[in-house]
Amino acid sequence: MTNTSPFKPEQHSSFYWALSDSWTMIRRNITHIINNMDQLLSVAIQPIMFMLLFRYVFGGAINTGGTSYVNFLVAGILVQSAAFGATTTSLGVATDLTKGIMDRFRSLPMLSAAMLIGHTTADLVRNLISSTIMVAVAFAVGFHPQASFVDWLAVIGILMLFTYALSWMSAILGLLAKSVEAVQWFGFIFVFPLTFASSAFVPTAGMPKYLRLFAENQPVTQVIETIRGLLVGTPIGNHGWLALIWCSGILLVSVIVASSIFRRLGR
Amino acid sequence: MDKTYAIVAEDLRKSYGETEVLKGVNLKVERGTMLALLGPNGAGKTTIVRILSTLLSFNGGRATVEGLDVAEQGDQVRGVIGLTGQYAAVDEYLTGTQNLVMMGRLYHLSQAHARERSQQLLEQFDLVEAANRKVKTYSGGMRRRLDLAISLIATPPIIFLDEPTTGLDPRSRLAMWEVIRNLMSSGATILLTTQYLEEADQLADQIAVIDHGIVIAEGTANELKKKVGVDSAVLSFQTTKEAEAAKNVLGEKSIIDTTKMTVTFPVDAVHSLTQALNALEAAKITVVAVDIHKPTLDDVFLQLTGKPVEASTNSPEAKLTK
Repeated sequence: MTNTSPFKPEQHSSFYWALSDSWTMIRRNITHIINNMDQLLSVAIQPIMFMLLFRYVFGGAINTGGTSYVNFLVAGILVQSAAFGATTTSLGVATDLTKGIMDRFRSLPMLSAAMLIGHTTADLVRNLISSTIMVAVAFAVGFHPQASFVDWLAVIGILMLFTYALSWMSAILGLLAKSVEAVQWFGFIFVFPLTFASSAFVPTAGMPKYLRLFAENQPVTQVIETIRGLLVGTPIGNHGWLALIWCSGILLVSVIVASSIFRRLGR
Repeated sequence: MDKTYAIVAEDLRKSYGETEVLKGVNLKVERGTMLALLGPNGAGKTTIVRILSTLLSFNGGRATVEGLDVAEQGDQVRGVIGLTGQYAAVDEYLTGTQNLVMMGRLYHLSQAHARERSQQLLEQFDLVEAANRKVKTYSGGMRRRLDLAISLIATPPIIFLDEPTTGLDPRSRLAMWEVIRNLMSSGATILLTTQYLEEADQLADQIAVIDHGIVIAEGTANELKKKVGVDSAVLSFQTTKEAEAAKNVLGEKSIIDTTKMTVTFPVDAVHSLTQALNALEAAKITVVAVDIHKPTLDDVFLQLTGKPVEASTNSPEAKLTK
């Protein structure tokens, strides 16, 4: 306890500690996923159920022109599940905020954004696991992609960027919400219209005029159309660039806003 | 840097809108000693700790910890403090060891040091058996011990203990006191907040009594107790008649409660209780039970403010700490 104790903070550059703090917090949140059986189950089972539901229950009634429904569906359901998966970030952030542990983190000499980096990055890993399971199920129910290896890499890249951007955005909700319950609703209200009023499950051509206008121009549709094009060869056009711009923009703004809210907590 | 005082607060002020929570608090804690902040819920104790540990901004005054300005040098301040709050700040989904190592790393210990120190603390706090269990399965006392262990992982010279025993059962409270006493012997400077006079009395070198955001009395436990008065003994009897007889034996300073069949009298010296019991035995009066009533926070407040403790549950602080 005296100053001769060897257990004192070590001297390294602040960049070294920024990386170290972030990695420590990422490991914390990944351990949460592994140690929390309920969450792990929902991560594995939900994508299977959704895939089967749309493929067999709704699929038969939806006309997707030249493409088979299962080929049409995979891009949409991947993006939808990633979007809902990203909202769990707000839950994790809000849960930490309502418990004493947030005071603990804020009283440590650590990088203040590390707590948010930990949540968003671990959620990204969890969503990747979900997506992988979903694609495996898709193959089992008749999915026939034409994507090359490079196309697949591009799919993974854009899906990760999209998920990470939404995770940071939902971190903002988690920081602003007054309770964990409120956060659950926020996420739902926010993501529901963006994923369903899109080209995820049905072609936008059948929608009423204004809904269609929204559906065709909102960011989630750009991401879906890009991934769909890469997977099954539908035309991508400008969707690819628009998806990249939207996702990078959302990510950049969300990181800045979330970090500054986090720093101002208690001020 | 102040050589004598490790923690200094001068005219500290904090308000939420119109509500003043701290109205100019002055505190000084000598290096290597413990100061207890004693006061009821909502008095401002937790607000002071949150300000000194950089969790909360303040509106006026100045505060330094180890000579570092709390408002200006937050990062450095966080490197020299350990904080144990009212609500055990532990991660439920991690094991005890995982909690300690993680916090050690965030305090910027090396991985090897974090592991070694965790093992030491698990032993010191009697948590070795539970080390690899998820904290979710811990009892309240175990959580508090782990929480305190975490705040010591980087051997900080300054430790804040915010109501470390509130909500603990008597046995766990005694165990916690023992742990805190051991901390003292290691040379750390400690600021403790508590609602219990006995706790402050047992642990602290100095006590500051705080009420409505202002320090209303300061001194050692003995100095404060002299202001408040001495312990009293409550003797119970089988019949009212016996109680009345006892009052006659014990004299003018004793007070009788005929409905409860008790007699209360001040115990100003160690031998006065023995004398009283001997006198009663000589008079052939049977005492059924003896209770010693120690001065409580209520007595302190009654004496210092002329009012009993108010449970100010509507204050902003009470809301914030919930």
